[in-house]
Amino acid sequence: MARAITNNRKIINTTAAWLIGLLIFFPILWTILTSFKTEAQAIASPPLFVGFDWTLENYQVVLERSNYARFLWNSIFIAGGSTLLGILIAVPAAWSMAFVPSKKTKDILLWMLSTKMLPAVGVLYPIYLLFIKMGLLDSILGLTIVLMLINLPIIVWMLYTYFKEIPVDILEAARMDGASLRSEILYVLTPMALPGIASTMLLNFILAWNEAFWTLNLTAAKAAPLTAFIASYSSPEGLFYAKLSAASTMAIAPILVLGWFSQKQLVRGLTFGAVK
Amino acid sequence: MATQHSRSAARMMMAPAVILLLGWMLVPLTMTLWFSFRKYLPLRGGDMGWVGFDNYVSFFNSSSFWPSIQTTLLIVGGVLIITVVFGVLLALLLDQPMWGQGIVRILVIAPFFVMPTVSALVWKNIFMDPVNGLFAHLWKFFGATPVVWMSQASMESIILIVSWQWLPFATLILLTATQSLDSEQLEASEIDGARPLQRFFYIILPHLGRALTIVILIQTIFLLAIFAEIFVTTGGAFGTKTLSYLVFQRVLESQNIGLGSAGGIYAVILANIVAIFLMRIVGKNLDT
Repeated sequence: MARAITNNRKIINTTAAWLIGLLIFFPILWTILTSFKTEAQAIASPPLFVGFDWTLENYQVVLERSNYARFLWNSIFIAGGSTLLGILIAVPAAWSMAFVPSKKTKDILLWMLSTKMLPAVGVLYPIYLLFIKMGLLDSILGLTIVLMLINLPIIVWMLYTYFKEIPVDILEAARMDGASLRSEILYVLTPMALPGIASTMLLNFILAWNEAFWTLNLTAAKAAPLTAFIASYSSPEGLFYAKLSAASTMAIAPILVLGWFSQKQLVRGLTFGAVK
Repeated sequence: MATQHSRSAARMMMAPAVILLLGWMLVPLTMTLWFSFRKYLPLRGGDMGWVGFDNYVSFFNSSSFWPSIQTTLLIVGGVLIITVVFGVLLALLLDQPMWGQGIVRILVIAPFFVMPTVSALVWKNIFMDPVNGLFAHLWKFFGATPVVWMSQASMESIILIVSWQWLPFATLILLTATQSLDSEQLEASEIDGARPLQRFFYIILPHLGRALTIVILIQTIFLLAIFAEIFVTTGGAFGTKTLSYLVFQRVLESQNIGLGSAGGIYAVILANIVAIFLMRIVGKNLDT
């Protein structure tokens, strides 16, 4: 809002917003700080804010003791794999809905959305049973497929809203010039659609990384990603605050960084284009 | 414009996504429906045949059913009230001119990106532990007796944790909607002598109407299904067993598939009631 406003107001706004912002961020900040303390300092009374001996020991212990790297790779494979797979399936679907719409397009989009609202517990046992029968329980492949399916509606929707913004005139011009469907997609559409596809992938990667129903229920030792790894800290290791903090920091840091880039996509992706 | 050729090509391109989602929805849901009519205890006798609506009746009549509905509604309602009220206030504040707006936005949005198991565990241990938690230190500092959060105030704790996770979502969406408000309209009302409260109720709130509805509906759908936050903190004890969690326990912990499946169908129905409203709004938006 381009309104003239006194400096005093601005100072009050700034102070209030920063205080609230820091308060909301504090649990994360505190976790990061605690990860650099020794266990004794982590539970010291009164609590230590910055005046402690910074140490990387917790990170070393977590990395050595718990095979952290495997959980990390599982997370990367599952989140990355489900995202790639989802994009491969969703791009053609969203493309055809955006550029060759029919009377049914709206119904199909809404129906896809409705599958996202199916509560997971409603299908928990069948999926569990099918996974056992197909040998997919505790496998990266199985989890990748499930996470792809639960996020597919969001991917299709996001891509659809992005593709909708591409001017159709350009496609028509390409068609007039005799471009085939294939070259139309490859040379005209793809360059214009890439930013949207990248944003969609980013948001989907975040959602898949943090998913904590199927990852907890369908994995054990082998395919468990970071969500399950952290849950295993529940007790009694959870009482070792410094190590819990180090493990937590490592699990959330990559996503915090990615997340900060995806604020706009978050609104678009999770409101299905209804809030702009 | 679209030729017959491009139409059939379009159908082909849509097919994989449609077929996969159709399978994902129909196959397991049909199985759940099937199991819900059978007495099925995999570890104690297996599938013991058709029992009609018995599972639905016993799930409904079990002593855990109504408490679980109550818990679910309390968590959903509590989190909604907190996130919507503070979300609106925060969105209005963040929309004001200030220094370092971008950074504050980042600070506020951050909790949404923390994985649920991490936020649950960090809050439970590092903040709410009755001996070493930060809250215990704070309480002792003011001479109060530390609260044993997970047992004495289990619902409050879970509502606090979940609200912390979802406040960023509400704020971000409401902020996006606030920013599209026509500032001239606000200025005009100011010149006409509207007081801040009047401006809020007659201009800002109506403008935020649709965003608010969307926030409430989407959060409700996600909140009905929260799992990790309960799994990691109380494990469903101390009156924190939601309908979803109850179904999870019946299915995987006590392996009473028939009963759990009936509960699952109840959960599906509950979610669908909310979903219908959301779909209507989203659908309307597609037309414009």
